[in-house]
Amino acid sequence: MSVPPELRLLPTLEERRSPLASAAEQLARVASVPLEPGLEGDFDRALERAGLFPLAARGLQVFQINVGKLCNQTCAHCHVDAGPTREEAMSRATAELCLDVLAKTDIPIVDITGGAPELNPNFELLVTGARKLGRHVMDRCNLTILESQRFAHLPEFLAGHQVEVVCSLPHYRALNTDKQRGAGVFERSIAGLKRLNAVGYGKGSGLKLVLVTNPVGALLPTSTQAALQVEWKRELRRLHGIEFDELHTITNMPISRYLEWLEQSGNLEEYLSKLVQAFNPAAAAGVMCRTMVSVGWDGRLHDCDFNQMLELECGFGAPRHLAEFDEAKLAARRIVTARHCFGCTAGAGSSCGGQLA
Amino acid sequence: MSDAHYYDRHDLGRFPEIGQHAPELAKKFFDWYGAVFAEGALSAREKSLIALGVAHAVQCPYCIDAYTQDALSKGCDVEQLTEAVHVAAAIKGGAALVHGVQMRKVADHVGM
Repeated sequence: MSVPPELRLLPTLEERRSPLASAAEQLARVASVPLEPGLEGDFDRALERAGLFPLAARGLQVFQINVGKLCNQTCAHCHVDAGPTREEAMSRATAELCLDVLAKTDIPIVDITGGAPELNPNFELLVTGARKLGRHVMDRCNLTILESQRFAHLPEFLAGHQVEVVCSLPHYRALNTDKQRGAGVFERSIAGLKRLNAVGYGKGSGLKLVLVTNPVGALLPTSTQAALQVEWKRELRRLHGIEFDELHTITNMPISRYLEWLEQSGNLEEYLSKLVQAFNPAAAAGVMCRTMVSVGWDGRLHDCDFNQMLELECGFGAPRHLAEFDEAKLAARRIVTARHCFGCTAGAGSSCGGQLA
Repeated sequence: MSDAHYYDRHDLGRFPEIGQHAPELAKKFFDWYGAVFAEGALSAREKSLIALGVAHAVQCPYCIDAYTQDALSKGCDVEQLTEAVHVAAAIKGGAALVHGVQMRKVADHVGM
């Protein structure tokens, strides 16, 4: 097998000292974008018209842990501004606190993300701890990490603990994958998927392998997930002999590096207008924040990973840190919203689990 | 009316205005159009690529704008779009060229 080429890395917003490295600046810019005539860009008013204001949680199904911003890739659309130079990382004490909190709840799903979550030294502790508690564990894996020698054991480790692996792959061909995620990513991702297939993932044996695709550009995903999945299964099998279980489509959020790209390419106004115009009450009713809590690397609590990156903590009196975790309060909390939320309610809707409506 | 140019991309959004003096016909057209592009024996993605090819063959700038975005948003990449345009161009080019047989028949008939 040929040695995959080196990944092309770009400096993060933080490294470039871009004003958009600041969450407050991102929120302010998105809030002030003039929309196309006739569009109302206030998310709460849209909720009101849909009979959903104020948006509130309805139970806790998912305990999502973002272990930090360290990543071996620098994808052009990353809402985390992750990269190899980021130092935010969950400590062992906070990881243990996650497990202590989980043990006192019945939350069935633990969803581990980052950055590349496997780079955190406490990743395996979280996986084994959550599995011991009988929880379903998901690893949001960027695939290329599986190709580094240090993580060669990961496919067996994940399979051994029956972890669901959720992998980002914008396309089943190289062009769009490398455009979004960096030159060299596609070839390594295919190699990573083959490793996962080799230990039994994606073959209907209970080791679930999910692929996640985001549009490459200022576009909403408009195919139904089911139709796209049929095509992807056919093409990945035909081109690479790869099997997987499900395909999820996720809308890109006007946050961080994707927000910068939208601005620089002159697409911001039109993209935001598209999101607002495509507001779908059915998708809004099912948004993921209503059934999850998102834990940051520092133990702070947020309504979702997007709010986490915008430094919007849980609000309206809900607990804001793991140390004050209260399942009942969080399960009925009011959700903190802003204009970026239109990203989850557009068209068929979008969530960490794919389309909503 | 502005005389700067004949085509304005924002006019595509005004397409429903064609119904103003023939609402029933417009309704029939838009209902039919929607049904044509629904998932069926062909996927919506396949239909989008066909539409993109035809848009080039009929050289409609509105359709090219709309179906470039539509095909991309349905998960196609620009290499796939380019091949669809070549299919349309090949059929157009072939259609012109195959009429050369007509030319030859006429030439054979009247020539010596």
